[in-house]
Amino acid sequence: MTDLAHIRNFAIIAHIDHGKSTLADRMIEKCGGLTSREMKEQVLDSMDIERERGITIKAQTVRLSYTAKNGETYVLNLMDTPGHVDFSYEVSRSLAACEGSLLVVDATQGVEAQTLANVYLAIDANHEIVPVLNKIDLQAAEPDRVKEQIEEVIGIDASDAIPISAKTGMGVEDVLEALVERLPPPTGNAEAELKAMLVDSWYDPYLGVMILVRVRDGILKKGMKVRFLSNGAVHLVDQVGVFSPKLTPVDSLGPGEMGYLTASIKTVAETQVGDTITDDKRPATTALPGFKPSVPVVFSSLFPVDAADYEDLRDSLAKLRLNDASFVYEPETSAALGFGFRCGFLGMLHLEIVQERLEREFDLDLITTAPSVVYKVHKNDGTMIELHNPADMPDPTHIDFIEEPWIKATILVPDEFLGGILTLCTERRGEQIELTYAGSRAMLVYRLPLNEVVFDFYDRLKSTSRGYASLDYQMDEYRESDLVKVSILVNAEPVDALSFVAHRAQAESRGRAICQRLKGLIPRQLFKIAIQAAIGGKIIARESVSALRKDVTAKCYGGDVTRKRKLLEKQKKGKKRMRQFGQVEIPQSAFLAALKMGDD
Amino acid sequence: MSAGFGVYVHWPFCESKCPYCDFNSHVCEGVDQRAWREAYLNELDRYAGETDDQTVTSIFFGGGTPSLMAPETVAAIIERVRTRWTCTDDLEVTAEANPSSAEAALFSAFAEAGINRLSIGVQSFNDDALKFLGRRHTATAALTAIEAAQKAVPRISFDLIYARPGQTAEDWRNELRQALGLAGEHLSVYQLTIERGTAFHRERVGTADEEAAVEMLDITAEELSVAGLPAYEISNHARPGAEGRHNLTYWRGGDYVGIGPGAHGRLKSADGTAAVQEIRLPETWLNAVQTKGSGTQKRRAVAQEERAQEVLMMGLRLTRGLSAVDFMAATGVALDTFLDRARVCALQEADFLVFDDAGLRATPEGLKRLDAVLAHLLA
Ligand SMILES: Nc1nc2c(ncn2[C@@H]2O[C@H](COP(=O)(O)OP(=O)(O)OP(=O)(O)O)[C@@H](O)[C@H]2O)c(=O)[nH]1
Ligand SMILES: C[S@@+](CC[C@H](N)C(=O)[O-])C[C@H]1O[C@@H](n2cnc3c(N)ncnc32)[C@H](O)[C@@H]1O
Ligand code: SF4
Ligand SMILES: [Mg+2]
Repeated sequence: MTDLAHIRNFAIIAHIDHGKSTLADRMIEKCGGLTSREMKEQVLDSMDIERERGITIKAQTVRLSYTAKNGETYVLNLMDTPGHVDFSYEVSRSLAACEGSLLVVDATQGVEAQTLANVYLAIDANHEIVPVLNKIDLQAAEPDRVKEQIEEVIGIDASDAIPISAKTGMGVEDVLEALVERLPPPTGNAEAELKAMLVDSWYDPYLGVMILVRVRDGILKKGMKVRFLSNGAVHLVDQVGVFSPKLTPVDSLGPGEMGYLTASIKTVAETQVGDTITDDKRPATTALPGFKPSVPVVFSSLFPVDAADYEDLRDSLAKLRLNDASFVYEPETSAALGFGFRCGFLGMLHLEIVQERLEREFDLDLITTAPSVVYKVHKNDGTMIELHNPADMPDPTHIDFIEEPWIKATILVPDEFLGGILTLCTERRGEQIELTYAGSRAMLVYRLPLNEVVFDFYDRLKSTSRGYASLDYQMDEYRESDLVKVSILVNAEPVDALSFVAHRAQAESRGRAICQRLKGLIPRQLFKIAIQAAIGGKIIARESVSALRKDVTAKCYGGDVTRKRKLLEKQKKGKKRMRQFGQVEIPQSAFLAALKMGDD
Repeated sequence: MSAGFGVYVHWPFCESKCPYCDFNSHVCEGVDQRAWREAYLNELDRYAGETDDQTVTSIFFGGGTPSLMAPETVAAIIERVRTRWTCTDDLEVTAEANPSSAEAALFSAFAEAGINRLSIGVQSFNDDALKFLGRRHTATAALTAIEAAQKAVPRISFDLIYARPGQTAEDWRNELRQALGLAGEHLSVYQLTIERGTAFHRERVGTADEEAAVEMLDITAEELSVAGLPAYEISNHARPGAEGRHNLTYWRGGDYVGIGPGAHGRLKSADGTAAVQEIRLPETWLNAVQTKGSGTQKRRAVAQEERAQEVLMMGLRLTRGLSAVDFMAATGVALDTFLDRARVCALQEADFLVFDDAGLRATPEGLKRLDAVLAHLLA
């Protein structure tokens, strides 16, 4: 147990790639948390996918021991957070566990959308904020300009911003000193009833469910019985420890401290992030303020390419969810694609990451349907359904009106690209709320339908601005809108997996694009194939795949019949992956390819 | 008349490898003719042991380039077939010949050896096309070869490859008309196919575009039937009665012995049909025959279902289709029991197939898309 005055808890927050994890590396090194042999770049990014993509997905906690210039030794609890908007939920709960934030700003890029979003979260959490200007080893760094920008755009004092290079380690001492001097120590009462915040939980293959806690009051000890206030469940604490960053068991954790506990808990689902953990013998009566639960906003269906992998997919989803409670799933059956799951994600990157982890860690070959958002469908009978899957859309005659989710998006972009971005936002039905300038950068605030953003908005934003625009958003409100379900029909039969919901104004062009894409993907057959897009009974676009005019082996290899038959066998095998549409069978691969190509 | 019983002899050597060819052919200097001759004769003896109750209706020397064989080798093989099996009086003995390696003198030597039909790989009468196809002969050489062959043997045929990249329907009509002037009773015309593993495939050489290819198919049918050489198989045309008997045996589901590297055979056995396949690599095959007394790589029983599919796939290539009688003889199942009614009906309705008491046949439209029709019927 450490006395409160010698503890500092802080989160490192920044826009994507501004160097949070690299700064964490330097701090770990300086404080001797790891030997140089154990050290590697962004050492806290431990998942394969984090290392490969060079991004942080899960927030990580490290306890450092730092001897300051004043001769005293401090416990610094560092929380490295993800920068991407999809994972801002990770940021908020990390902030709840700390008293201060290190705001890292890339001095070559300046303030970006997630810089803003995350610093506002920190201000809301009453954090003391220490701005840090990173990457000053680079030629292009403009620390003075960026300082000004921080003051102008964010409105916090940046005169004491610390210029550093997380890469070379320059200035990192100053950062450590600033943490000790400028951040307030935590408060709490060791004598009071135990109150510890459940900050995060995950599944460890060796230790089972691990819980990250921040103790507010009282003392958490190994061997004690703890109670979860949310559901009253009682568990015996097997182990208490800290991350140094290696797992290091300790006897107890006192007020202001952060660490983990294990208590033979079977599944992550039994633990609720934001819960209050207390002593079963001497329980606290009031709970700490919890967190808003994370809500999946983007939905998409996952199907195994090989139907035989269905069970594997189910097991893998269950395993994945052990470590990622933020995505949800339920079984789904599609006429075109077979058995699969409808899944909900925090955003497009989250979707991509889950898909990639399933494919890689679990060796599954998957099909992902076009992402969709959650619509509120109000029916004539006064009931409302939350529509997660366009395929489940009620018949239009039963629908009174439909609402769709809107977001409030903040976009920062250099002035020269502003025109293109404005056009993009307008195309996507955006409504401008604000347009302000910070130097040569424009800050745009828009309301946009989420539906328009989940497609390729981010890619378009990046390409329109040559990579310079940054985006952050938060969910806004639901609004009534003229939405229709577009069905894609092959030989007059619907291909459920390709149906989508769109604003009426865009329905036709999107429907046509899919028909055209399918036309290029469906191999020609003996019979002509009609591809149509329809709203209810009304056809809005049509294409056709003309019948084969010639398909014959010219030269038959003497007596080698086997060779020809093998071809037939192959076709036969392929047929298992075929779906019958009227007279023709269409390879599932055509639908897959249509889905893979994304929206254009 | 039964489907017959054939003997196929594969000669795996060529003077050079053509860029479109994926036959089992190899370029090799100094082939030891005597050793090969002995090997073929050994193999014939071995197969005769189990099939000498059959009456041989045809022998076919294919390749590779069988016209590179020493005439004595050819003579010895024919002679051995005649001593080990009963042969029909009108035994058809064909050899494939390349115009480049073919000389009048050699053709008559082959005739003396017992060859009575020559199939010449002309491929084109256009020198640019011949160059493109990597052939070692010129159009003039092709003419000389045809003349020599006509003098040497009673029946000749030649092969043409068309639907080459850039070739137009009109080009082809002209070429075909020119060929018709020289053709006798039989002509094989193949649309260029880009096969995996060939130089053309590696170099991504294409074929004529589909539109043109379809038109060329129609032109071929039209020109050749007017000339009295209607198609009797997808790519083979003959004056009625002058069809190649050896290949007819394949297409009608008859049995055949295959000797030489990579050769295939289909033989009746106690439990149905056996598929026999010889070792593909020439040296390995020769070695195996010399040391183990057999060049067979693999012999397996063909299940009835599989055999039925094979026979259908082959039989439907013929314009007259597959007769119910041949099907029964080859597979032991009745055609109408084997076929999936619903699928046949759909294909009949679309006018791709005709099914009646005589058997099953593809219509002209069905023939053009036979691979897809078969897939629809069987897969
Ligand atoms: N030149 C230079 N490069 C740096 C510095 N700090 C970080 N980088 C590089 O910037 C990139 C991003 O660094 P990270 O530490 O992964 O950034 P992050 O903020 O943790 O990124 P997310 O977790 O994805 O939000 C890496 O390639 C680092 O090597 C620096 O001071 N100088
Ligand atoms: C066994 S091959 C070769 C016979 C002989 N060696 C020759 O080249 O003349 C028989 C015929 O098949 C045809 N053929 C071979 N490969 C072909 C291809 N890829 N496309 C079309 N026809 C082909 C040629 O017309 C060739 O003459
Ligand atoms: S086409 Fe004939 S000559 Fe050319 S490589 Fe093939 S078998 Fe040999
Ligand atoms: Mg990071």
